[in-house]
Amino acid sequence: MPVINASGLSRTFTTKRGTVEAVRGIDLVAGRGEILGFLGPNGAGKTTTLRMLTTLLAPTGGTATVAGCDLVRDPAGVRRATGYVAQSGGVDPHVTVREELVTQARLYRLGKAEALARTEELAADLGLAELLDRRTAALSGGQRRRLDLAMGLTHRPRVLFLDEPTTGLDPGSRADLWDLVRRIRAEHGTTVFLTTHYLDEADALADRLVIVDKGVVVADDTPRALKRRHAGSPDASLQDAFLALTGRGATPHAPAPVAV
Amino acid sequence: MSSPSPSPSPAASFLSDTALIFGRYARQTLRSRLQMLFGVLMPLLYLLFFGPLLTGLPLSSPGSSWQVLVPGLLLQLALFGASFCGFGIIVEKQYGVVERMRVTPVSRLALLLGRVLRDAALFVFQSALLVLAALAMGLRAPLPGVLIGFAFVAVLTAALASLSYALALKVSTPQEFGPVVNAVTMPSMLLSGLMLPIALGPEWLDVLSHVMPLRYLVDAVRAAFVGAYSSPAMLHGVLVALASATLSVTYCTRTFRRSAA
Repeated sequence: MPVINASGLSRTFTTKRGTVEAVRGIDLVAGRGEILGFLGPNGAGKTTTLRMLTTLLAPTGGTATVAGCDLVRDPAGVRRATGYVAQSGGVDPHVTVREELVTQARLYRLGKAEALARTEELAADLGLAELLDRRTAALSGGQRRRLDLAMGLTHRPRVLFLDEPTTGLDPGSRADLWDLVRRIRAEHGTTVFLTTHYLDEADALADRLVIVDKGVVVADDTPRALKRRHAGSPDASLQDAFLALTGRGATPHAPAPVAV
Repeated sequence: MSSPSPSPSPAASFLSDTALIFGRYARQTLRSRLQMLFGVLMPLLYLLFFGPLLTGLPLSSPGSSWQVLVPGLLLQLALFGASFCGFGIIVEKQYGVVERMRVTPVSRLALLLGRVLRDAALFVFQSALLVLAALAMGLRAPLPGVLIGFAFVAVLTAALASLSYALALKVSTPQEFGPVVNAVTMPSMLLSGLMLPIALGPEWLDVLSHVMPLRYLVDAVRAAFVGAYSSPAMLHGVLVALASATLSVTYCTRTFRRSAA
């Protein structure tokens, strides 16, 4: 049984100018331990889909289950089973790393002693042990991202959603983060759902890519198969396949807009 | 690999969630001495420079002028303090803290109540400071009455802070938030007789002021400060305060549940 299973998932927004179909029926599945890259041009519906799958936004059509829990009927079950690392992270700059990690574990209903132990364990595992008593504002970009990842992992989720996890990181920190994601998957069988604008990242990290455009899935396959089919050769660049599929270039540095 | 999830009863989870959120924001307040004391400044200035003007005036209200003014200043503190509580959440929204908490299983009501309890504790603390200053200026009032006044500060805070958080979740910038809050707080202050009893004015103003919920709270705290604990003013004040707080907390919890913020 797939860990993520979406069928006809859609979302329309009502604005002053009428209705906007941000997501128009997305079907996708992800298995246990799979790293799924979710790509698409700005405005394709990536963020809206991610917000629905993480229970932040109610779908207006279709169904989806995450870790066997229905998005609409059992959002609490979805929340217990998933970790979400937003683009903006989500830590308070005035709070220490330790306090944020302990609070996060407690928000996921770990007991006090358990939350403290889990904080030490995660900090050691993600190279944050020396930084526990620093305020989060004092961390470097790479350290901040490792903290954000630790925040998403406090409750040992079965599914990890990462929204543009390496935007703004230097090349070394990006490579470290990729290794970390691969290691989490290898050690815990975590399913990783990742959005990115970096095609090299998608190529290097993802087992399978789902490409969306204008609110629908336009391709769903391994990076190699996509390149062979849409760019002529498995050794072609993913950029060429992406352009062929969407008719547009990826815009590497622009943040994804929040769909209205 | 799923979490161990030792599932306690929903009520126990709700209480520990609320305590957790309260603790987080209480620590945030304790880190900032400025935030702890700043709210006292405006009512303190009124106490020092406006209070003495009233001592010889006929205020058509039982008790000394301090027993009329200080209840108003306590509720003024809560009115302005609580109405602006939402600013904190606008900042947190920008850091992504609100979303990060909304994707956890934490109770939505606890996300609100933990914050509101912190706000109530802060404004009751500031109220106590204000009453101490007022004692030095000449206030004499029965202790139970003063404590009832603090309870009204807490309930008014719950009502207004909830609305303020709901508004803050809906707007995207502080520039949208401030003017709306001012548009509510100024008429509330003027039409509730916060500074001077409305009874001093013409009848049309008195009639108009009765549509302002805050008016009933002001009258009740003034009654408490002269020991009239079983007066109709007290009863009406309690009913209006509790009804407003219940409505606002319910409304804001729904906003927390659904907000796309």
